[in-house]
Amino acid sequence: MHMDWIYGLLGGLMIGCAGAVFLLVNGRVMGASGIAGSLVDGSAGKAKGERLAFVIGLIAVPAVIVLLRGGASTYATTNLAVLVAAGLCVGVGTRLANGCTSGHGVCGISRLSMRGIVATLIYIGAGGVTVAILRMMGAL
Amino acid sequence: MIRLVFAVLAGGLFGAGLLVSGMTDTRKVQGWLDLFGNWDPTLAFVMGGAIVPMAAAWLLSKGRTPSLGGTFPAAAPTVFDRPFVMGSVLFGVGWGLAGLCPGPALASLSFGGTSGLVFFAALVAGFAVAPPVRRTLDGPAKAA
Repeated sequence: MHMDWIYGLLGGLMIGCAGAVFLLVNGRVMGASGIAGSLVDGSAGKAKGERLAFVIGLIAVPAVIVLLRGGASTYATTNLAVLVAAGLCVGVGTRLANGCTSGHGVCGISRLSMRGIVATLIYIGAGGVTVAILRMMGAL
Repeated sequence: MIRLVFAVLAGGLFGAGLLVSGMTDTRKVQGWLDLFGNWDPTLAFVMGGAIVPMAAAWLLSKGRTPSLGGTFPAAAPTVFDRPFVMGSVLFGVGWGLAGLCPGPALASLSFGGTSGLVFFAALVAGFAVAPPVRRTLDGPAKAA
């Protein structure tokens, strides 16, 4: 448990390097909601192939690692109503806001984008209030 | 073709990073948001670790073009309109409820079980209905 921050830092560096490659080589911003969302609503245009390839890598590589090493779980709730509500909120919200933790958070903050910084403060604030309410209700 | 190869590599490295960092574990994400409970600072290390190479990449991009051609994406205009604020709030609520955001939801699709699949289906539905929701929000604002 006390080693978690080292894995966090290491994984974070990997995430940042992935974003750096996608930017410097492909010339694209690594935002998960923009990449996946544009494939769903058909707004990806010429970037469609690259975005699909990105999503395939994003799903397949963790799948292979977990297949080889095992033991991974999301420990997510099994309450279907909560999962559906959460998925809808994240889907609609990230597309309206034009970004999520990777787009506004990682890619936005790193270029000192005011939109990225403000969005991150808003969604962390809203998430904090939500978790506080869940805790008060005894759901956590 | 080479564009697709690098896109798969970037996506794969992103997914591996999410897995290694523990961000596919919803307890760690909800733990980060749980300021009044058992607070987990891991997400700050992940975000910090990711921002450093990404900031270097933005600096390197200045005065250059992407290796495979094209142009670098311009920064979006600094506009804080209704969809931006409402969207960020909605995203935060959903993120807190389940501890999943789009990247980890995709990265954990293979091992997240039924919960992961249900969240993913709702996420895709949310992506699909976002454009009409945006038009509804934009409508009255532009008329006013």
